Amino acid sequence: MSNTNNPKYAISNEVAHGETKAKAQHLQADFMAGAISRRDFISTALALGVSLGGATAVVKQAQAATPKSGGRLRQGITGGATSDVLDPGQILDAYMINVCMGQLRPCMTKIMPDGSTEGDICSGWQASNGGKTWKFDVRKGVEFHNGKDLTSNDVVDSIRHHLGEDSGSGGSGVVAGIKTIKTDGKHGVIIELKEGDGDLPTLLSDYHLNICPSNGEGGIDWQSGIGAGPYQLVEHNPGVRTLTKKFANYWNTGNEAWFDEVETLGIGDPTARLSALATNAVDAINSVPPKTAARLKNMRDVQTLISTGNKQATMPMLCDVKPFDDINVRNALKYIINRQEMLDKVFFGYGELGNDNPIGPANIFRATTDELPQRAYDPERAKHYLQKAGLSKLSVQFHAADTGFPGAVDAGALMRESAKAAGIDIEVIREPNDGYWSNVWMVKPWSACFWSGRPTENWMFSQVYLSTADWNDTHWKNDRFDMLLRAGKAETNQAKRRDIYVEMQQIVHEDGGLALPVFQSDIMGYRTSMHVPDQIANNWELDGHHACRRWWQV
Amino acid sequence: MLVKRLALGVLTLILLSLLIFLSVEALPGDLAEAILGQQATPENTAAIRRELGLDLPPWTRYLHWLGGVLQGDFGNSLALRKPIAELIAPRLANTLFLTLYTACIAVPIALILGMAASLFRNSYFDRISNITALSAISMPEFFVGYVMIYFFAISGYFPSMASINAGTPFLEKLYLCFLPALTLTLVVTAHMMRMTRAAIINVLALPYIEMARLKGVKSQRIITAHALPNAIAPIVNVVALNLAYLITGVVIVEIVFVFPGLGQLMVDGVKFRDVPVVQATALIFASAYVGLNLLADIISTISNPRLMRQR
Repeated sequence: MSNTNNPKYAISNEVAHGETKAKAQHLQADFMAGAISRRDFISTALALGVSLGGATAVVKQAQAATPKSGGRLRQGITGGATSDVLDPGQILDAYMINVCMGQLRPCMTKIMPDGSTEGDICSGWQASNGGKTWKFDVRKGVEFHNGKDLTSNDVVDSIRHHLGEDSGSGGSGVVAGIKTIKTDGKHGVIIELKEGDGDLPTLLSDYHLNICPSNGEGGIDWQSGIGAGPYQLVEHNPGVRTLTKKFANYWNTGNEAWFDEVETLGIGDPTARLSALATNAVDAINSVPPKTAARLKNMRDVQTLISTGNKQATMPMLCDVKPFDDINVRNALKYIINRQEMLDKVFFGYGELGNDNPIGPANIFRATTDELPQRAYDPERAKHYLQKAGLSKLSVQFHAADTGFPGAVDAGALMRESAKAAGIDIEVIREPNDGYWSNVWMVKPWSACFWSGRPTENWMFSQVYLSTADWNDTHWKNDRFDMLLRAGKAETNQAKRRDIYVEMQQIVHEDGGLALPVFQSDIMGYRTSMHVPDQIANNWELDGHHACRRWWQV
Repeated sequence: MLVKRLALGVLTLILLSLLIFLSVEALPGDLAEAILGQQATPENTAAIRRELGLDLPPWTRYLHWLGGVLQGDFGNSLALRKPIAELIAPRLANTLFLTLYTACIAVPIALILGMAASLFRNSYFDRISNITALSAISMPEFFVGYVMIYFFAISGYFPSMASINAGTPFLEKLYLCFLPALTLTLVVTAHMMRMTRAAIINVLALPYIEMARLKGVKSQRIITAHALPNAIAPIVNVVALNLAYLITGVVIVEIVFVFPGLGQLMVDGVKFRDVPVVQATALIFASAYVGLNLLADIISTISNPRLMRQR
């Protein structure tokens, strides 16, 4: 997503064509690359006949594009709670993802703004044995905040923290495919998987899998907050405020992480977040409600940042419960959702239409609209499917709460109205937010849910849509789909993989219990005193929670 | 009498802790499910339960907790695995600070306005101060808070966030917490003011006031020297009630102004089913009520010579 506060200015447009133009172009290129000083640039440019205003514009441009060290980044973030521990297995929400993964303790790999996976603590990796055996090279010269060198031992213990029966980690599902993990010398880690998986490096970027120092007894020291990240912990007041400062010996200094300090404030109330941004108490906020996004545009010195990733509002139906066990009923219900209306009214237009397919804008192998035409509101078609199911009318209950996804109850109400045209009666049941994930989701036959999405097709499918997945929230079982998932994991040819994943998306779309009306945008706000890159990551909010690394103060 | 009141107070607290424990137990889910949320699997929830002893029967856990409390140990927060005292101390300090700050503004205003209103009963001043105070109390707290932010924070006079911590200098604390204190002042003033007014008016109808008037005492002096001392009991009770409210009931104001106080801690405790945290905060809240009411009773007794020299 680009921002428009950074117009490109070329001094060569000011001078006559020919040799002078080429000189002007060279001059600007040299200056932008830092080869000549500002004073030399301006005097030479003036000599070439460029206006002073033009030369100054280029200087400003260069200043904006050159990272500037110093200052403090103040972030106002949701999801902080007084129960926030530094235990990576218990990271639950945006606040702690930002502090732990973004600032203190990077993972083995990271997701780049363009969606690709790069090494973070690890410098490289090789797969063998059909993607079953992986060797990771632990980057040399990486130091923890306490001065200790980071070695393969720390990596192994950090991953083991999430493995095994006694692990109470929320990340245990992510690493469930790991059979064994062991060191291979001081800077090598070997991972054996239960079955081949070409996406392992991406999987290892999961925010739970922070690399912490080993405690020497097979466990890790998470209590101290020590990691190898760009910022080290100064103060952590759970759910309220976390202050970190630049780690002097950070391995990647000079390429990223420009702030001297990062202050993270837990601001749960949306209005409080907006007023904090408006009154310059913070520099950036996440999770601006779509309703108030328009207000942000009217604020002085504030910019809106919108990124549409894989965050999806879903309505899973349990495929082993009547009447959802009938594929025709499922299809009828998918056709009575007026997606455009839902996007416009519930999400105020901030998002993208969903197509009952969990693979979203941040995935590489997402099916095109030719491969998978957009499903639209069509009550006649819904009626046709009802007839096929042998029903003349249908009454179902939809269970919703804002925990499911913000606006879920309103979305249900819209759906109830649009379903009437097909003779389908939907009763929307408002459930309590509290305990929603344990008592409603995956328990009631049709409920509201959201997924922040996964960077790879395989990850998303194997966590939620594989018949044996822990979170198979549609209780869906399709043998062809399961077979393709295994084939796709082991396949190394990208073109063939694409074919496999596209076919899988078509199967979920046609046969699955998933109704996915909308991909929600993340709406954020920042003060113009921050330099925000043209391309920001869309895997998480706030530039993939790496704002503290990739942004700087202008 | 004092000893009896104190013993009853302690009994109240113990019964209350049992009630709270049972209520949190009755809520669906437990800490393991709450902190894992959507990421819960049967295996990782079971592991957390084993680690924290949540798989033990409820009465064992309650008695264990009660045993600790009687020895002065409030236990550990389940989620943070840190002693409760560490968690609560800074927040209690913040809450008490805000309470005192608000009280210093609100109580004098309420008493003065109440006395003035009784002095100029049924005048325009009386009516306007009544209407203003009642309107302020009738608006929801968060709305009053947002109005304050709109007028005083967006324009840049005062900060919209009262994020104070232990190291914040005193004067800066006063500045940071001005808007929440002002909001709470608007919320609690009406009750105290109207009670002062009503109590004084009540006393003003008594024969000895008429006597004073016949003696030729000025009406201002009648109120401060003759009526007020006899109206102290009901006023002190209402002030105590409002102070207790300021300690216990300000969670919404805390959220609007991002103020790290006790209310937010308790709400998080309930949300994550962190029973020891809920218990400890509930005990503090209950003690505040019991203690302030006791104090109010003592002050009313002292203020009333008939009660003081009963025996």
